[in-house]
Amino acid sequence: MIEGLSTKRKVWCLIMRTLCYISLVIVVALTAFMLLYVLFKGIPNIIENPRMLIETPSVRRGIDGILPDIMNTVYVVIATLIMVLPLGVGAAIYLTEYARNRRVVEIIEFASETLSGIPSIIYGLVGMLLFVQLLGFRTSLLAGSCTLVIMNLPTIMRTTEEALKTVPQSYREGAFALGAGKWRVIRTVVLPTCINGIVTGCILTVGRILGESAALLFTAGLAHRLYGFFEGMANSGATLTVALYVYASERGDFDIAYAIAAILIILTVIINLITTYLGRIMERRNGQ
Amino acid sequence: MSLNERITVLVSGYKANPKRLIEDLIHFIFLILGLITVGCVLIITIYLIISGLPAIIEIGPIEFLFGTRWASTASEPAFGILPFILTSIYGTAGAIIIGVPIGFFVAVYLAKMAPRKFKETMQLCVGVLAGIPSVIYGLVGMSVLVPAIRAIFDVPDGASLFAAIIVLSVMILPSVINVSLSALEAVPHEYEEASLSLGATSIETYFRVTVPAARSGIFTAIVLGIGRAIGEAMAIMMVAGNVANMPGLFKSVRFLTTAVASEMSYSSGLQREALFSIALVLFFFIMLINAVLNFLKTRSQKI
Repeated sequence: MIEGLSTKRKVWCLIMRTLCYISLVIVVALTAFMLLYVLFKGIPNIIENPRMLIETPSVRRGIDGILPDIMNTVYVVIATLIMVLPLGVGAAIYLTEYARNRRVVEIIEFASETLSGIPSIIYGLVGMLLFVQLLGFRTSLLAGSCTLVIMNLPTIMRTTEEALKTVPQSYREGAFALGAGKWRVIRTVVLPTCINGIVTGCILTVGRILGESAALLFTAGLAHRLYGFFEGMANSGATLTVALYVYASERGDFDIAYAIAAILIILTVIINLITTYLGRIMERRNGQ
Repeated sequence: MSLNERITVLVSGYKANPKRLIEDLIHFIFLILGLITVGCVLIITIYLIISGLPAIIEIGPIEFLFGTRWASTASEPAFGILPFILTSIYGTAGAIIIGVPIGFFVAVYLAKMAPRKFKETMQLCVGVLAGIPSVIYGLVGMSVLVPAIRAIFDVPDGASLFAAIIVLSVMILPSVINVSLSALEAVPHEYEEASLSLGATSIETYFRVTVPAARSGIFTAIVLGIGRAIGEAMAIMMVAGNVANMPGLFKSVRFLTTAVASEMSYSSGLQREALFSIALVLFFFIMLINAVLNFLKTRSQKI
């Protein structure tokens, strides 16, 4: 620091620097606390009763089990991705490759931003009205997945769009010069180059589905029964997150709740590691 | 040219070049895909208005919005949602007051002072914090925060507005940090170099030059935080006590979101319609926040 700074300035600098460090410590401590506390409370429950991972819960036989919830989560993730990928990637392709009218682009982007700002509880309500009641899906995983599709559309759109924008214009021009049509250029040149961005979008979506509860509560329901994929789609079922909520706040069963929480936290960390890694790959490629 | 003629020209064009037909068809399909988001926004808006308005009209808009008593299942039901509106506003304000300064200082530190490796680790931390499902915040809040508040402040029940504010302020931290961080990083280095060469210390430069230059990005972060906080349901449902009181720091309260979530499963008739009206009010707030965000965005683009 420069000599001869007035005391007032020195004190001000010191205060600001301290505030930065205090805030930093708070955030680090919070993250560490959330991770460690949940893991320390949850993992012993899983180790003590590992059968819960492969059992269906039964009050009569007195067993706890979260296998149906795990499978429901997997089903919802698969169904949502199958539906949202073509829609989101297609919309992104339209925005970056086809759209010439700026007005249309603005409207679509405004709509997608609006969608990403709407709280999940409202998605839950509209999903209930639209899919459960109007379209007659009843309370089922299919209705839940459809609700999640609308919710995650902006995420897939945004990540794909960003990836599409990084594809060098010369690739397209080269392909056009060889006589390829627009669709062929997109299919064989543009899309394969931005597969990273699409994968990132998928993983972010998986993360959001894992964490979602409010939108699924009224659309996918609370049942804990084990089904196959197509049977499950037609029936009500709780995902891990919804099950966690039900166990903790309606049954007061904190042991299972923390076991589920530990699983979810581990998945969250893995998902974050993967997206960071993919992001770094993209950055490196763009740097070249 | 009449419509018929136009169609003939179009068809003969396609006959001469069938490849163009396919290209145009694909273009059309992508246009439809692009417009799906617009359709979704319209459907959501229309549905909420159709299902939310009848109850507001039946109860009376003034009585509904400014009534202080909510007793949906009483023999003489009262549907006043002022307690929910005020709770949502107070809760969000509280979360902003606690969460934004912390997030802001962390963002300044990460953008300007942190070594590269440490910054990357911290960004991972913030990503994890953002990715933790909200019910886990609720769960930890229920089993740690609520008993702690009861013990420290000596109140009969720790499940209160205060607990909800703490949980919310943690939950908005990641978006505040991330958005402010990218705003701070976008400030041109020349600004800082000019300030440094005039004799300002590095800390003075960061807070008096960089931060004002990134002002609109930081505002965006705050508004985004408000949106997050006002829309959060499950976490605060688990820690706020869920009684329709007028808000008080250590009182058990209900937010707009939790009012919908907690009664939906067993509601019927006018009560159910009133819940949709609450969702409509919430939607109105969110749209207001979206409008502010858009305004900030266009303004920062102009600068």
